[in-house]
Amino acid sequence: MDNTTFGLTLAIVGMGGTLLTLALMALLLRVLTAILPPEDSKEETK
Amino acid sequence: MTTALWGALMALTEGARYLAEHGGPNIIMVAIACVMFYLAIAKGVEPLLLLPIAFGCLLVNLPLSEMMSPEGTLRTLYNMGIANELFPLLIFVGIGSMTDFTPLLANPKLLLFGAAGQVGIFLTLLLALALGFSQSEAVSVAAIGACDGPTVIYVSNLFAERDQIPKAMVGALAVAAYSYMALVPVIQPPIMRLLTTRKEREVKMPSPKGKVSKAALIAFPIVVVVITGIIAPKGLPLMGMIMLGNFIKVSGVVPRLASAAENEIANVSTLFLGLAIGGTMAGPQFLTRETLMVFGLGFVAITTDTVGGVLLGKVWYWLSGGKVNPLVGAAGISAFPMAARIVQVEGQRWNKHNFLLMHAMAANTGGQIGSVMAAAIMLSILKGLGIL
Repeated sequence: MDNTTFGLTLAIVGMGGTLLTLALMALLLRVLTAILPPEDSKEETK
Repeated sequence: MTTALWGALMALTEGARYLAEHGGPNIIMVAIACVMFYLAIAKGVEPLLLLPIAFGCLLVNLPLSEMMSPEGTLRTLYNMGIANELFPLLIFVGIGSMTDFTPLLANPKLLLFGAAGQVGIFLTLLLALALGFSQSEAVSVAAIGACDGPTVIYVSNLFAERDQIPKAMVGALAVAAYSYMALVPVIQPPIMRLLTTRKEREVKMPSPKGKVSKAALIAFPIVVVVITGIIAPKGLPLMGMIMLGNFIKVSGVVPRLASAAENEIANVSTLFLGLAIGGTMAGPQFLTRETLMVFGLGFVAITTDTVGGVLLGKVWYWLSGGKVNPLVGAAGISAFPMAARIVQVEGQRWNKHNFLLMHAMAANTGGQIGSVMAAAIMLSILKGLGIL
């Protein structure tokens, strides 16, 4: 594989992959904190 | 008798003769080791790593040193923990144990800054290829953009052990990575000021909620490891170890292990890793045009990381109607907690009532995860392309 194809493939898929994976992770963390809220906020909702 | 005496004297002067005849590169490297000693001791520049690296460099550059010969002490350390990537991974256990991800969990969207802070990796990769580095060398140099010493050593050593890059390059990359990480307080502020307007820098962000349940903190490392394992399994050793350290700490049931990870494991691994990396810095192999280029490209990597983070911050500022301070984006790199502190100081410089620290800490821990994730994804792609 020539250097240009290699570099562009790695840059586009690598950067895109990193961004999408972290976006997915952020979403899952939001869900995680919603289903596992702090104890005092559970009490507030009771 | 005279012959024996003459032979003994000659043996004792062999080192001095070697220095006089072929020792130019070694003398330069000893001078470089002394500069590193000065920076570590007098200026406090990453002393934990720089001190053992410099000492390893000194030991291996003394005339006729056998420290890196097949049975040498530094070679043994190198084989024990660098050749098989063990030491960087053990350091990650310590880093994971020392890191508090609560600010990130309180505001998970700031994790995206951790992605923008990795732009430097990929731009440096393209630049290194354009400058004539081989594909493996370019990936190794680009890893400096992760702003994360153990990641740089881990990635570059994968290639060094396959003879795809020179072993001496691992030393150059490690020194460049740690040097630039130490220079983050000098490099970042001018870029932050250059790319933002006064109005943007003065934006006051409300305090984050801050409270996160223990259950969420315990589930966090498991979620991160599972996602990494599914998407980028080649990087699982990196992410797995950092999350293992964090899991040990947040579980709260093994304080002795958490303490060992933070102290003994991290300290011993750091010492051995530093010495072994210093051992790769033998003058004749280290002093090359490529080493100088590595330092130049490392600067580009760290600079463009900051640019990427701040530019995402500006986009976020615009999308949020001016509620997000773009300076926070500069913390999306892995230099923890240095980058977060810089954002706090810069923010207060322009608005004394501004407290950006918690937001910056979230972005900064996001940068730690982002750098490891970027490396993991890059390694998985390289495996897919048949390069690893």
